[in-house]
Amino acid sequence: MLRTFLNGIFRENPVLGLLIGLCPTLAVSVSLKNAVGMGAAATFVLVFSNAIISVFRRFFPAKIRIPCYIVVIATAVSIVEMVMAAYFPALNAALGIFIPLIVVNCIILGRAEAFASKNGLLASMADGLGMGAGFTLTLSLIASIREVIGSGKIWGITLTSFYSPQGPVKPVSIFVMAPGAFIVIACILGFIQWRKGRAFKKECGSCSACGMST
Amino acid sequence: MDYVLIFISIAFVNNFILSKFLGLCPFIGVSKKRSEAVGMGLAVIFVMTMASQVTWVVNRYLLLGGEQNLFYAIFGRSKGISPESFDFQYLKTIVFILVIATLVQIVEMFLMKAAPPLYKALGIYLPLITTNCAVLGVSLLNAKDFMNIQSVSESFLKSTVQGFGGGVGFTVVLYLMSGIRERIEKYPIPKALRGVPIAFISAALMALAFMGFAGMGSK
Repeated sequence: MLRTFLNGIFRENPVLGLLIGLCPTLAVSVSLKNAVGMGAAATFVLVFSNAIISVFRRFFPAKIRIPCYIVVIATAVSIVEMVMAAYFPALNAALGIFIPLIVVNCIILGRAEAFASKNGLLASMADGLGMGAGFTLTLSLIASIREVIGSGKIWGITLTSFYSPQGPVKPVSIFVMAPGAFIVIACILGFIQWRKGRAFKKECGSCSACGMST
Repeated sequence: MDYVLIFISIAFVNNFILSKFLGLCPFIGVSKKRSEAVGMGLAVIFVMTMASQVTWVVNRYLLLGGEQNLFYAIFGRSKGISPESFDFQYLKTIVFILVIATLVQIVEMFLMKAAPPLYKALGIYLPLITTNCAVLGVSLLNAKDFMNIQSVSESFLKSTVQGFGGGVGFTVVLYLMSGIRERIEKYPIPKALRGVPIAFISAALMALAFMGFAGMGSK
C-alpha cells in the first residue's frame, strides 16, 4: 500500500515522469497558494473517482467504460467546483477555468483506466492519494521557484529583498508570466535527465536493458 | 470589425498554448513531425469550431435560466414558475464534456462514411481531441466574456469566431513548433536537454515573442 502511494510521488510522478497534466501545472503555478489549492482539488478528484470506479468496476460495460469514467470524474469535479465557490472564492477566482478543466486532465482518466479499473478499493484510493501528492508536490516546487524569482514572495509573504551594490534586486517578473513557466519546467526536466544519465553511468556502466536510460 | 478583433485576440494575443496554457499535451506529444502537426491542427480547428457552436446552443437554451430556456418554455410557463428557477449552470462541466465527447464521436462516424480521404487524414487525431483541454476550455470561455470584448457569450457568430480563431492559433503554434523540433534534432544539444526539455525552452522563447502581441486589440 505504501509502495503504491510512493509510486505516484517518485517513480511514476504524473507531471515530471509521464509528462501528463501539463496544462494546469504551468498555468496555475504562479504562486504557491494557487498551486496547493489546485493540488488539493485534483487530489480529491483522484481519490473520489478512483474509489467509485474501483467499487463499481465490474458493472461498467467494457465498451462504454470511458464515458462512464468521465461522468464519475465530472461529478467529482462539480463537487469541488461548488465547494470552492462557496468557501474559497478568492482561490476559485484565481484558478478560474482550470477547476472545471480537471475533468479533461489526463492524470485522472489515466489512473482510472490504468489502476482503478483493475484494483480494489483501498489500493485504488492509495494510488489516487499518491498521484495527487506527486502532482501537488511538483506544482508546489514549480510554483515556489516562480514565486520567489518572479515576484519576490513566498506564500504571499514578501521576502526581504536581496541587496547588491546597486540597491535592492528587483524580482524578475518574466517568471510569473507565460515564458517563465516554460523555462522553469524545462530546467527541472533537464535536471532530471542529467541525474538519470549520471546514475546510469555510475551504477551499471554499459547496460542498456535496465530501463534507466530514456 | 468586432469579428476581426475577436479572431486576432484569441488566435495571437491570448494564444491558447502560449499564453493560456491550454492543449499542452498535444503540443508536446504531436509536434515531432510537421505532417502530424498539420493533421492534428486541422482536426482541432474543426472540432473546436463545432464544439463552440454546439455548446453555445446547449448553454443558452438548456442551461441558462431565463425566458429563452427550453425547459421553462415547456414546463414553467404554463405553471407560472419563474424563469430564473430554470438555471442549471452548475451542470455546465458535466454537460459540456458529454456534449463534446458525443460530438467527436459523431464527427468521426460521419467522416468515416461521408469523406473517407478526410477521415484518413484526421481519423487518428479525433479521439485524442476529446481530452484536449483546449476544446472544453474554449466552450467554457465562450460562456463568459473573458477578453473584455463585448458580448461574445451572447452571440452565436462571435462564439463561433472565437472557437475558430482559437483553433487557428493552436495550429499556427503547433506547426511552428514542429518545424523547430525537426531542425533541433540535427544540432548538438547537451545530453540533459535533449528531447522534451529543449522543446520547452523553444516554447518559452516563442511565448516571449508572442508576448509582443499583448496590448493589440485593447481599446
